[in-house]
Amino acid sequence: MTDLTVADPATALASRRHINSDLRAQRVRSAWVFLAPTLLVLALVAGWPLVRTIYFSLTNASLTNLAGAEFIGFDNYLTWITLKSGRTIYRGLLADPAWWNAVWNTLKFTLISVSVETVLGLVVALVLNAHFPGRGLVRAAILIPWAIPTIVSAKMWAWMLNDQFGILNDILLGLGLIGQKVAWTANPDTAMVAVLIVDVWKTTPFMALLILAGLQMVPGDIYEAAKIDGIHPVKVFWRLTLPLIRPALMVAVIFRMLDALRIFDLIYVLTPNNAQTKTMSVLARENLFDFDKFAYGAAASTMLFLIIAGITVLYMWFGRVNFEGER
Amino acid sequence: MAELQLRDIRKSFGAYEVIKGVSMDIKAGEFMVFVGPSGCGKSTLLRLIAGLEEITSGTLSFDGRVVNHLVPSKRGIAMVFQSYALYPHMTVFENMAFGMQLAGKDKQRCRKRVEAAAEMLQLTPYLKRLPRQLSGGQRQRVAIGRAIVRDPTVFLFDEPLSNLDAALRVATRIEIARLHRSMHNTTMIYVTHDQVEAMTLADRICVLRDGRVEQIGTPLELYEHPNSTFVAGFIGSPKMNFLSETFAMPFDADTIGIRAEHLVIDQEGGLWVGNVVHSEMLGSDSYIHLDIGAAEPLIVREGGTSSHKPGETVRISPVAGQIHRFDAAGRSIGRTEMRGAA
Ligand SMILES: Nc1ncnc2c1ncn2[C@@H]1O[C@H](COP(=O)(O)OP(=O)(O)OP(=O)(O)O)[C@@H](O)[C@H]1O
Ligand SMILES: [Mg+2]
Repeated sequence: MTDLTVADPATALASRRHINSDLRAQRVRSAWVFLAPTLLVLALVAGWPLVRTIYFSLTNASLTNLAGAEFIGFDNYLTWITLKSGRTIYRGLLADPAWWNAVWNTLKFTLISVSVETVLGLVVALVLNAHFPGRGLVRAAILIPWAIPTIVSAKMWAWMLNDQFGILNDILLGLGLIGQKVAWTANPDTAMVAVLIVDVWKTTPFMALLILAGLQMVPGDIYEAAKIDGIHPVKVFWRLTLPLIRPALMVAVIFRMLDALRIFDLIYVLTPNNAQTKTMSVLARENLFDFDKFAYGAAASTMLFLIIAGITVLYMWFGRVNFEGER
Repeated sequence: MAELQLRDIRKSFGAYEVIKGVSMDIKAGEFMVFVGPSGCGKSTLLRLIAGLEEITSGTLSFDGRVVNHLVPSKRGIAMVFQSYALYPHMTVFENMAFGMQLAGKDKQRCRKRVEAAAEMLQLTPYLKRLPRQLSGGQRQRVAIGRAIVRDPTVFLFDEPLSNLDAALRVATRIEIARLHRSMHNTTMIYVTHDQVEAMTLADRICVLRDGRVEQIGTPLELYEHPNSTFVAGFIGSPKMNFLSETFAMPFDADTIGIRAEHLVIDQEGGLWVGNVVHSEMLGSDSYIHLDIGAAEPLIVREGGTSSHKPGETVRISPVAGQIHRFDAAGRSIGRTEMRGAA
């Protein structure tokens, strides 16, 4: 009887461990149960189209004959034939100057627009974070460009930038800054600038609001401590504010970057068929639907996906972003 | 060394006046404590001295020099905030060194100063940690360390202990007292609403009430000669007993106040009779709450453990010369003996 009450430490420990692992297994199980609907929806709306796109990029499918597509390996990406003369001719997406032009345009657009929007957004956020009368109203008002659908704002800007009737030319002519009317969206020299201006106008508010949310997380008392420490406001910005909003800033930048890398609607409306502004998405759509090179367009889409994924991974790696807001 | 002079200092936020004309002199090296109920303007007054808020009218001078328009960093002050206000992304070392480094001070000297402060506050093992990796008490010590490193002539504290638990509060309080002794050239101004902190730390206490100075004096002066019912009730624990009407009339006063330790049990010839409604045993002392028919039960201190049970009838008498008398406005009219025996 007595030895029943004295628990053997080894068995006690083992049984506790058993209970622990049971508990953990049960938790893991319920986690999967809770995640299942999300995973299912994601698989349906994101996974399946992605798999289909990758599949089509490895076939010779055309828009009119999707069912009869035949597998042709990586020929859409890169293939070559060697002529009798000994010259090798490369073909496929990776050998297509139009594709690389689109890649370059996209990267240029992304880099410039995201940089400008980040800096402007930061400035706007800092202003909106200061105390002044009517702040709430200004905060709401600044969101308007972001709230307008892109198609609408692109059309609106297309009219303002119009070479014959646009208000911009009118103003600049009136001020004597330009000698003759400029075809902003058609001119190869200004097309990208026009796109950038509209995108910055539209997206800076979004950036500003994300950064403002970060600014509001910074405890106010450290600014008083800095005042007592006698730290110059510029130093306060660089040494206190910026490091403390860095997590929010990184998240805002990544959102914007993903958006910018797959920009389509603005360019499609504002500067259609302009080689200077053709981005990866525009090129992919063109091949998929306009040129009846469905498989080729699928290959472009797949590459676009890979490039975005690659850049995102690199960014998160180097930026050491984690979404808990800590380094 | 800094001597502070406040002359009719006023502060309004919009139309609402918070500090309503405060004048006082704080001696160099003195430990001055501001006490008062919540919302009376203690923090605001401290922030005016620090330069974190602008003075609406009146003059503030340090050593005879008017500093009204001087920025905080030029006043030679350091401040410890209730919320610590540490820089969350900097290590303990960086937190303490930040201000000095940016002021372009010599690196070596800066390191020495920080290390000395850390040593004094037992923070040396934590110099490489971030604030969020520290306990509340350690964070508060870092905040104090950061202030020490500034080598201030005036040291300001805004309720530095209110976020700590009781035991740590006592320990840190002792540390602050020690700090004051070791920095005897530094004037310290300390805000609290805990009267025990005020009594134990202060050279002098300033009791604030609704944006005005109610009384300034040493802890004992305030305890023994409060000049109003407000101060009398605020200083001392348990609270002073107040009696009015028929109880006060024989003493020629509107209200009389007697501290718990100045009431003695006198079962033969007690002046007042009452029933025990409650008794608190603290081990060394007991407090008996006695209903003698006044607005509030009278609290009587008894040394050791009390034998009086609730419901019992007890007779008590005030100690001669320990009755504080107040007029209808609550102003002190001195202490006195009774006019005639009851
Ligand atoms: N920035 C401000 N704007 C408007 N009113 C303020 C401001 N700061 C303080 N007050 C008001 O001034 C009064 C005094 O505030 P203060 O913070 O000095 O009180 P306190 O004595 O420190 O109280 P506590 O013990 O609760 O800290 C309060 O009524 C408060 O509402
Ligand atoms: Mg306060």
